Amino acid sequence: MLNILYFASFREVLGQAQEQMPADYNTVECLLKALAERGEAWQQALLHNQNLQIAVNHDVANRSTAIKAGDEVAFFPPVTGG
Amino acid sequence: MTNPEPMFPHIRICEEDFDLTTEAANLRAGHKDIGAVVTFVGTVRDINEGDEVSILELEHYPGMTEKALEKIRLEAHQRWHLEASHIIHRIGKMYPCDQIVMVAVASRHRENAFHAAHFIMDYLKTNAPFWKKETLPDGSERWVDARVSDKEAESRWAK
Repeated sequence: MLNILYFASFREVLGQAQEQMPADYNTVECLLKALAERGEAWQQALLHNQNLQIAVNHDVANRSTAIKAGDEVAFFPPVTGG
Repeated sequence: MTNPEPMFPHIRICEEDFDLTTEAANLRAGHKDIGAVVTFVGTVRDINEGDEVSILELEHYPGMTEKALEKIRLEAHQRWHLEASHIIHRIGKMYPCDQIVMVAVASRHRENAFHAAHFIMDYLKTNAPFWKKETLPDGSERWVDARVSDKEAESRWAK
């Protein structure tokens, strides 16, 4: 399984903070395409969002990053701390 | 039972406020070769984008935040000769004038400490997973957008 996390505005727009998905996707891009099939909000927040930030297992990642069973994949908007 | 040793002892993410004098003293403790201590404290403004701000709420990504901050801190140690450094970032609800972030750096000479503190703050703004949400006086809430100027500030340190 993959552990998927959503933070900040993504958590609110998508209505969840965390979910499990089967590890059927080789890359983040494949996972994003599957998530985008859920509808408009998902497409806008994730697939078509040029500002989408991605982390895999707590490291900064991108759409072509490979993923495997047991990985934690996080999606979030640009950070604004400090 | 004693508390387990924190994984990143020079990084602190907490809801509680901090005392700059105490933190600076801890940073210097045990070091006799320090000639410069530079500290930066970020505070909550009561205005943003022309609107009054009543509450600022900070969300973070537990686990990744500590790792990202430690990476930034270690990079500063690689770039400049530093004796010690410490980063504190608060999370949860804060109000105007509250302290929100602290970067403290100690080195033999001031130039290294100034540069390193500036670098850590600029990188933190664009690389550490924290998100700000503002509550306005009418009760409405909005997420703070990332600033282009923060990204530009980070890029000045590109090697």
